[in-house]
Amino acid sequence: MSAGTPIAHFGRRYHFSASHRLHCGELSAERNREVFGKCNNPFGHGHNYVVEVLLAGPIDAATGMVTNLADLDAFAGQELLARFDHQNLNLLPEFASQVSTTENLAVEIWKLFQGYRHATLKKVRVEETGNNSFEYFGER
Amino acid sequence: MLLLYCLLSVPLMILLTRKAEFSSAHFYWNDAWSAAENERVFGKCSNRNGHGHNYTLEVTVSGEIDPTTGFVVDLKELKDILEREVVSVYDHRHLNYEVPEFKQAVPTTENMAVAIWRRLDGKIPNAKLYRVRVYEMADLFADYYGEVTE
Repeated sequence: MSAGTPIAHFGRRYHFSASHRLHCGELSAERNREVFGKCNNPFGHGHNYVVEVLLAGPIDAATGMVTNLADLDAFAGQELLARFDHQNLNLLPEFASQVSTTENLAVEIWKLFQGYRHATLKKVRVEETGNNSFEYFGER
Repeated sequence: MLLLYCLLSVPLMILLTRKAEFSSAHFYWNDAWSAAENERVFGKCSNRNGHGHNYTLEVTVSGEIDPTTGFVVDLKELKDILEREVVSVYDHRHLNYEVPEFKQAVPTTENMAVAIWRRLDGKIPNAKLYRVRVYEMADLFADYYGEVTE
């Protein structure tokens, strides 16, 4: 038995579906098509996104938990799912002045989960498809 | 590359992960609290009749590649250790009633990761335990790296 309280990481995955279009207003229509390919389709397209958040903290001796799942799910429901699920990402304020790539989405979701006070945010992973995923650790 | 490696004989550190699965029953309860408090904190997990999960355990070890075998650890041996130390104790058992570490501690995914770490630590020849990950379900897991508070 080690002295001290064990520090564990807690991971939770959330699912939402949204549409988007990769387009940069500062580039010409032709250049946008070159850079973003079929993701530049003016009508947009969509994905089933998976967000995995990883939080760390000491395990509370009374509850056995790093954070109560009910608190985390309620937070994610309000801050993540209510904001993004069945929305067009390009029309949301987060993407008014940046391209709605999954890299930028991961950073925006990091910012949202920094508001969760019951544990320390360590990583946000966003899977755009089963083959594409992006991770952000809060580095600048 | 292989030639260079053989010539220099520099030991290469590798992380290796082995999965195992088990199915167990549990419920969340703290004896120091009233029934109402248990229900408030633990929600439906506090149902004393228990419920169950198909758990997936991922054990990651770190070690040097043995230049003769190309192994960090013998996977069969690691599989046997996981079976003996964890799966045979947890699989098709009620964690609260039949697994000693949960007589006191609540069998949360976090506490299970710590308990499994303690069961395995020091028992894997030629390798160091790096991470224990326990999936309660595909969308919920806990990781333990052996860290403790000061």
